[in-house]
Amino acid sequence: MSLIEIKDLSKTYESGEEHVPALVGVDLNIEKGEFVSVMGPSGSGKSTLLTILGGLNHPTQGEVVVDEIPIYKLHLEKLADFRREYLGFIFQSFQLIPYLTVIENVMLPLSITEKSNREQLNMAEEILEKMGLKGRGKRLPDQLSGGEQERVAIARALVNSPPILLADEPTGNLDSKTGTEMMELFKSLNEEGQTIVMVTHNPENVAFSSHIIYLRDGRVVDGEPAIMEKMRSEP
Amino acid sequence: MRLKDISINNLRRRKSKVLFLILGLTIGITTVVILLSITRMMNEDISNKLDEFGANILVIPRSDDLFLSYGGLNIGGVSVDAQTLKDSDIPKIRQIEVKENISTVSPKLIGVVEIEGKKILLTGVLFQEETRLKKWWKVHGAVPKSRNGVLLGNEVSVRLFKSAGDHLTINGKTVSISGILDETGSQDDFLILGDLTFVQEVLKKPGALSLIEVSAFCISCPIEEIVSQISKALPHAKVTAIKQTLQTKMEALDHFKKFSLGVSLIVLLIGGLIVFTNMMASVNERKREIGIFRAIGFRKSHIIRIIFLEAFVVGLIGGVMGYLLGLGISYILGPVITGIKGGGILVDPVLAVGVVFLSVAMGILSSIYPAIHASKMDPTAALRAL
Repeated sequence: MSLIEIKDLSKTYESGEEHVPALVGVDLNIEKGEFVSVMGPSGSGKSTLLTILGGLNHPTQGEVVVDEIPIYKLHLEKLADFRREYLGFIFQSFQLIPYLTVIENVMLPLSITEKSNREQLNMAEEILEKMGLKGRGKRLPDQLSGGEQERVAIARALVNSPPILLADEPTGNLDSKTGTEMMELFKSLNEEGQTIVMVTHNPENVAFSSHIIYLRDGRVVDGEPAIMEKMRSEP
Repeated sequence: MRLKDISINNLRRRKSKVLFLILGLTIGITTVVILLSITRMMNEDISNKLDEFGANILVIPRSDDLFLSYGGLNIGGVSVDAQTLKDSDIPKIRQIEVKENISTVSPKLIGVVEIEGKKILLTGVLFQEETRLKKWWKVHGAVPKSRNGVLLGNEVSVRLFKSAGDHLTINGKTVSISGILDETGSQDDFLILGDLTFVQEVLKKPGALSLIEVSAFCISCPIEEIVSQISKALPHAKVTAIKQTLQTKMEALDHFKKFSLGVSLIVLLIGGLIVFTNMMASVNERKREIGIFRAIGFRKSHIIRIIFLEAFVVGLIGGVMGYLLGLGISYILGPVITGIKGGGILVDPVLAVGVVFLSVAMGILSSIYPAIHASKMDPTAALRAL
């Protein structure tokens, strides 16, 4: 059984009387430990797929099953619990909370658990150290470089040890050197067993992933386009 | 880290907006405290000056056989034995539930005596209580200090050609006239006033009373409440409130209370609106942040709790500041506004806790809609702005 099963998934946005299909009949299986890149041009449905996978966007049709849980059959509050336990989000532009310190940002997913302050602190310090941010805990996000902010965002996504990491254009706001460093970090996390689903525009990022999904007009394009193959073979 | 840390950190970040929010609540609470304090000052002033108004409750025996007139009021007859008041009734009045509101209890025994061929009302009183009750009395001579002294009403002294220092014989007992009352225009002009126990002896009615005048004031309860409690304590007596003594002043105070309530409600409503609009603006500004919270697994109830915690902190600070400011302003302006001198500062823990609670409740009530609105925000709409 795959970790993520997507069956006949469709999403249509209503805009007045206009129906805009974002995803059409998508079937996908993502195995545990995979590093999947979702690619495609703007408006192809990449972000919609990621938000649906993230339990944030109810599909118009179809089913999303994660670890045998049909997530859209869960009550809204249970779905929030599911997100907390199963998913780590890395947003474009990092999306750190500006008035919380680095360590508080990392502890955010833990703040609504039963864990004591000491446990939360230990977990956050451990993951910050792993991200090479030891000693940066008391700083505010705007006192860090772009690469450091990105690593704080990853630390926040991973602090709860979620089975799945979802990333939306994680290198979109980074220079190419920092972007590559980030991808190497993702690769090493994946090698440790972390399942990653990443939406990206950047073909260079694809080379780090183990599986590519190419979307066009809301549909999965059969077979990986040759350019993707090429990118994958030249890291 | 807990949700409260998120709330407090957010409040710290938005200092100027939070100050405005606190100011809105502070002004509301300050107004309430000032109006309440001034109303209380006026109430207490009436209470303190109560003796100047004389008695406002009359206790008479439950008897309808014979009528004697006292100050234009019909009182139960003393010659009928069926129901009489006794000395022992006085402590019962002093022991009612709202006893602290009773200022003076002045018992009287009234009887008709014949002096030099003239029928005159002889009234036994406790001079200490009576002079407290009738501060307007002016006495030529002195108020009797012993059992053998009497005070003559102005009209009686004229009819009997007596002045202070003369002697009188009442039912065979000789007494000295300690003083003569200046004309009062009341029933007192026609009385001989003697010591209660002496009059009981002269009239051969030991321990008996004709009536009891009570001077009482209750800030928080109507005079009817005191009347009802005395009636319960003395089932054999008829207790009547002489309403006109305080009625006018109380009515004016009542109007002021209603006005204060109206002003307080309007100011609190404005305070509530300030909280509401500010919270709504804050929630809309934080759309993206709330989207992040929801994406990382915060339940709707967590979002509501964050907003309510902020409202609680703001309400608490606004309440404490409003109370202190209101207290200060009342202290300075109260005497100026009311014309009451020496009106002290009212440090009332019930008022303090009450207004802080009111402020917190207002903060939270005004934040209910913004909090629900925030919790219902579509996280994808919030994240689309990313």
